[in-house]
Amino acid sequence: MTNQDSRNTRIADVMLDMRNISLSFGGVKALSDISFNVREHEIRAIIGPNGAGKSSMLNVINGVYVPQQGEIEFQGKRFDRMTPRRAAEMGIARTFQNLALFKGMSVLDNIMAGRTLHMKQGLFAQALRIGPALAEENRHREFVEHIVDFLEIQASRKVPVGRLPYGLQKRVDLGRALAMEPRLLLLDEPMAGMNIEEKQDMSRFILDVNDEFGTTIVLIEHDMGVVMDISDRVVVLDYGKKIGDGTPDEVRNNEDVIRAYLGVDH
Amino acid sequence: MVDAKNADLGQSHDANTFPALIALHERARGARPAIREKDLGIWQTLTWADVAQQVRTLAHGLAHLGIAPGMHVAVVGENRPRLYMAMMATQMLGAIPVPLYQDAVAQEMVYVLQDAEITVAVVEDQEQVDKMLEVRAQCPALQHVVYDDPRGLRHYADPMLLAYTDLLEQGRTHHAAHPEHVTAAAAAVRPDDTAAMFYTSGTTGKPKGVVLTHHALIDRARAVAEMERLTDREDVLAYLPPAWIGQNMFSYTQLLVSGFTVNHPESPDTVALDMRDIGPTYYFAPPRVLEGLLTQVMIRMEDASRLKRALFHRAMALARRVGTRILDGESVSALDRLRYGLGNLMIYGPLRNALGMSRVRVAYTAGEAIGPDLFVFYRSIGINLKQLYGSTETSVFVCVQPDGHVRADTVGPPVSGVQIRISDNGEILVKSPGLFKTYYRNPEATAETLTEDGWFKTGDAGYLDPDGQLKIIDRAKDVGKLAGGELFAPKYIENKLKFFPFIKEAVVFGAGRDEVCAFINIDLEAVGNWAERRGMPYAGYTDLAAKEPVYELIADCVQQVNADLAQDPKLHASQVHRFLILHKELDPDDDELTRTRKVRRGFIATKYAVLIEALFDARPSQFIETEVKFEDGRVGSISADVRIEPARTHAPQLAKAA
Repeated sequence: MTNQDSRNTRIADVMLDMRNISLSFGGVKALSDISFNVREHEIRAIIGPNGAGKSSMLNVINGVYVPQQGEIEFQGKRFDRMTPRRAAEMGIARTFQNLALFKGMSVLDNIMAGRTLHMKQGLFAQALRIGPALAEENRHREFVEHIVDFLEIQASRKVPVGRLPYGLQKRVDLGRALAMEPRLLLLDEPMAGMNIEEKQDMSRFILDVNDEFGTTIVLIEHDMGVVMDISDRVVVLDYGKKIGDGTPDEVRNNEDVIRAYLGVDH
Repeated sequence: MVDAKNADLGQSHDANTFPALIALHERARGARPAIREKDLGIWQTLTWADVAQQVRTLAHGLAHLGIAPGMHVAVVGENRPRLYMAMMATQMLGAIPVPLYQDAVAQEMVYVLQDAEITVAVVEDQEQVDKMLEVRAQCPALQHVVYDDPRGLRHYADPMLLAYTDLLEQGRTHHAAHPEHVTAAAAAVRPDDTAAMFYTSGTTGKPKGVVLTHHALIDRARAVAEMERLTDREDVLAYLPPAWIGQNMFSYTQLLVSGFTVNHPESPDTVALDMRDIGPTYYFAPPRVLEGLLTQVMIRMEDASRLKRALFHRAMALARRVGTRILDGESVSALDRLRYGLGNLMIYGPLRNALGMSRVRVAYTAGEAIGPDLFVFYRSIGINLKQLYGSTETSVFVCVQPDGHVRADTVGPPVSGVQIRISDNGEILVKSPGLFKTYYRNPEATAETLTEDGWFKTGDAGYLDPDGQLKIIDRAKDVGKLAGGELFAPKYIENKLKFFPFIKEAVVFGAGRDEVCAFINIDLEAVGNWAERRGMPYAGYTDLAAKEPVYELIADCVQQVNADLAQDPKLHASQVHRFLILHKELDPDDDELTRTRKVRRGFIATKYAVLIEALFDARPSQFIETEVKFEDGRVGSISADVRIEPARTHAPQLAKAA
């Protein structure tokens, strides 16, 4: 099929460039001198054993952590530091390893929360649902319904998130991030704790998001198998250092990577 | 045959083909809703005028793709408005829609695509498109695949593929060039032309294409519309595979005959919610769906507080005693009536509402025999559930129970126009205006089932009882005798077992043997819930099925069935002596069930021969390794040491005098 070719031609220029990033907490060096880039429309994975610095890297990208050294270039703009607010406004959304959902609220309301930045009406008008606020809410609801349809969670639309099985909660978390209409989507261990079937479902949704909306995706995983199947390029971290970078095949045959994962010399 | 009592229906009697019916509804009720679908959380409506217009455009589009009278068009997918309109458009051209089961794997579709010489397939989504692309080499005639939902297909560059919206566009162009083409084709369709072809899933052998004419389908739909006084105000929810004649008759042919509204659910997972939204007035469910709903109710009741549970069980006991009599309009004491009214307020009404059946005026069950307890449950809470009897070859309706004469053990008298005869070997023979014309390109099979003087051999064993109601015993070939000569009707016993919410599927063996033994499939949801409440951990079906307490649970169910059978003068010898819980769920993908989830008895007997042997040898357990097919066609295997458990049997009792 011509599928793969058309994927490759879609991948465009560098969108995010991380240059010489170093981050330490007190005496602990979480990241040392790491550089890599992300191209528009690609699926980019960051992998590594536990404690390799994957989540720290993600937190640097969306401004939760401020690196002591290095710079970030996002869509042609250079920053020494990113802030979460600015990251969100520039179109970076993320999901969380341990989920960041309002357990008592319905699936719809949770995804609607992702629309916050797109709401223009004041709090007061929204509370009273007057005129333009109501029209705006309807517009956003329609957008949210597209996401519900896309993620195939229609049956749970009105169910409080806390009552859903874990795999579905992960999907809602993804839905909330998608509601921001991100240009860059950061996924923190999207398949952690899932069974094989749920992993396959999630892989399909990640590929579909990339395919349908052209969203650039950076994902962190320590499960190598899944990542290799869906990523265009992979960065491998170990003890805060970059030990590999390339296509899944290149990474798979990289001796440093094999050593880091298997702990033996080959 | 034409009954002019109903003026509204009388009108439609001039229209004797599907295209004529569409034109009629456009004229008579253009602004009424024809098809609704829930999309983006909102019910979207297409009126009869919308439908008629879109169908004409679509017909032009199909004509542009080369569809001419007599050709077949495959339609593959769930119940979706666009697929329904594709069937209508096909019929408008005098061509023949062939609905396929959407959950069939690609290789299962090859035979039908080849047999019907399909050139154009209209399919729902990427999943079906992938199947078509997979089999294209085996089906060289297939030239165009039209898809409804473009999701995931953005990067498919295959010239064979065409979006539904693009087909409409081509239809508009074709219409501009040949404005009269479709109108002329529709006018040329005769009632005796083939209207649709359904492939029977068949419990044995290759599928057969059942050829049904416009006249056959429309005549049967009309007979039942008159009997049940159906109007254009009915609401129907279409949620079963449209390739099954039952669903197709009910939500497509009857839709076009009666001009009511068909509602399409948002997704297969939301059927229960959608049903509550719509509140259908006319409802059709095979026994397994009714069973599933009942299981869910029972699970939720078990989780309810003790007070609620006690109230529920008392109310249900009362309903069992008087509910069906009240529904049938028989006399019941004033006190009981009052108590039932109270129960209706507190339990039955809310329960009907939770099931989405508050507005149901007529409900049918068919497809296979229904367990009497299950049947009575629904009737006792005030739902007018009735049985009907029929098959693909008879355009469904052979027998339907009339209001007020509903019994659990019969399927009612013949519908007007139908004649029934019982052959010497006990098989039911049918003659009806709704009979099929032939099996497509299969004269041998046609000759085998259709006698020269026009009787259709149903393959079911049964008899007409003294009040003219048909009673079905079993499939003619399945009814057997035990070694001692006693009657053995496996389905009857299996249904009794399956009424327990914990038992999903049962297969009993005993023909030619001294005693009866059973395979059981537990219901993962019900037993899983039961296990969770006991704090019993399990890893999945295979693990749960092998647990000691689960065996005890099922042994108790089997024992109760035996107690019941012991009171039956003919079947007391059929008590289940031993059973085992299968280590895997019976699955259509492994050919153990048909796509309509009927047990393939012969196949199972061969596949699990070692287990059957072990059962009758009364061994304590038996090792087995089984091959399983996954939905994507890959093959794996499951092995287990299956335990065999004896069940308590009862001495035969004479039925107590009433």
